[in-house]
Amino acid sequence: MIGLAKRKTAVSTGVSIPVLVILLAAAVFLVIGSLVSSIFAQQTVAGLAQGAIFGSLALALVLIYRATEVINFAQGELAMATTYVAYQLTLWHVTYWLAFFLTLLIAFVLGVVIQVVVIRPVQHSVIAVVIITVGLFILIDGLVAWKWGADLKFMPAPFGNQVYHAGSVAFSRQDLGTLLVTIASVIVLWLLFQFTKLGLAMRAAALRPAAASLVGVRVNWMLALGWGLAAVLGAVAGLMTEPTQFLQPTMMQAILLYAFAAAVLGGLESPAGAVIGGLSLGVFLNLIGQYVGFASAELRLPIAFALLLLVLLLKPNGLFGRRQVRRV
Amino acid sequence: MAPMLELENVTARYGPVQALHGVSLSVAEGEIAAVLGANGAGKTTTLRAISGTVRRHGRLQFAGRELGGAGPDAVARLGIAHVPEGRGTFAELTVWENLRLGAYTRRGSPKDDFARIQTYFPWLAERRNQQSGTLSGGEQQMLALARAFMQRPRLLLLDEPSLGLAPLLVTEIFRIIKELNENEGLTVLVVEQNAHIALQVAQNAYVLEVGRVALSGPSAELQEHESVRRSYLGY
Repeated sequence: MIGLAKRKTAVSTGVSIPVLVILLAAAVFLVIGSLVSSIFAQQTVAGLAQGAIFGSLALALVLIYRATEVINFAQGELAMATTYVAYQLTLWHVTYWLAFFLTLLIAFVLGVVIQVVVIRPVQHSVIAVVIITVGLFILIDGLVAWKWGADLKFMPAPFGNQVYHAGSVAFSRQDLGTLLVTIASVIVLWLLFQFTKLGLAMRAAALRPAAASLVGVRVNWMLALGWGLAAVLGAVAGLMTEPTQFLQPTMMQAILLYAFAAAVLGGLESPAGAVIGGLSLGVFLNLIGQYVGFASAELRLPIAFALLLLVLLLKPNGLFGRRQVRRV
Repeated sequence: MAPMLELENVTARYGPVQALHGVSLSVAEGEIAAVLGANGAGKTTTLRAISGTVRRHGRLQFAGRELGGAGPDAVARLGIAHVPEGRGTFAELTVWENLRLGAYTRRGSPKDDFARIQTYFPWLAERRNQQSGTLSGGEQQMLALARAFMQRPRLLLLDEPSLGLAPLLVTEIFRIIKELNENEGLTVLVVEQNAHIALQVAQNAYVLEVGRVALSGPSAELQEHESVRRSYLGY
């Protein structure tokens, strides 16, 4: 056939070789460090658990960014509010894990409703959507403080307080459980997007809404589902944060900033980038806190953003971002 | 027999600019019909009015049903596949994902249709995992056709399939369109700048001028028509 000479498949996944080498080197460094020092191993696992939370909230931000091209500033508050819902359920003597899954369901519905009711009417204007998400932030914050009060609340511990020992290294069940739950939810989401017709339609609707509607995809519903799934990821992040931060209206605010840093680090359009960005940030901050004297708790956020700035100077599109090429 | 698609006095506008001033045309089941015209005559807008990607007024009837205010996704589900300007393929997705999206409105496995479309485009199978943005222009146009075929439409709308392609590829694309029409019974409405080739494959054609049908009839007659020859065929 004319003009169909076989061509080499282009590498355009957005992952450059230097980035892969650096990530691989970091992984090797963490493994060797963990084998040498038990404190290093503990801090690495705790950092991964913390980073998985950053990662799942970052992934929620990326989902919405890809579909609506907006950072959802209310993502953290939404996560916090759904965690309060779980708390309320446990007050009504619902067992923890039943409350957990009910909360995910409620979060999904909440996300869909928010998109349909307040985002969809203004979705043609990016700035209007941004303002709406800021408004939601304030609204949710106020509603939660009004309903449950601003003082600390406590939920049953999902994983208990056991500690496992592997040689001289102690791992808390809490950290391992957090890691397991967040990574599992990310994998389930990935399976949905990669292997189901619905997931494919959602990706198509986010990438090219006009073309997606021409093949029969109900684009508006796909965007609403995207908001629902993002809210579910947020709820997972909130519920996994609760055992260490306890329940208070401000519990997700710093985490949202870390998640934002993780998402930008990963490239803002890349789901894998968000998760890896989150995990890297979590481990990095934990190890810095352990081994670098001046890196006190107050300096964690500034250090995270200094790191982000450094990466963006070297790679303006983030670690996994691809250069924007759009036909106009 | 009632035509498969009938437009009566259809108007459409982009903001203050009226693009269609009352277009009437009809496409019979099983035929290839062409819409010719200069830039800005309203060819693309006519297709967009049918698929619901632009707001339109007037009567649009497809397979005995009024299209009314149906949006693009509803029109697609009724059995109209629109390959728009710029082909409407998903550059970020693989060849196979594009084809699966084509089959989005269909129930069941798209495997049989995929096997069938491969008889027209044998290269699709070995390239199914390639990102479609890395295909050449001609391949992307073929992928767009294949994607539309996967929808198993009753009516195929094609917007300038020759755009940006080398002459030999244009001939190839239109040969395949003709084959799909003859072998698969696909009804086609094609918008084209290249009047030569469009009049060769189409049975009937419409010539648009500033948002109206200026001339219509069987392709053979239009080919002989003085003003069509001078304006669109160039001899």
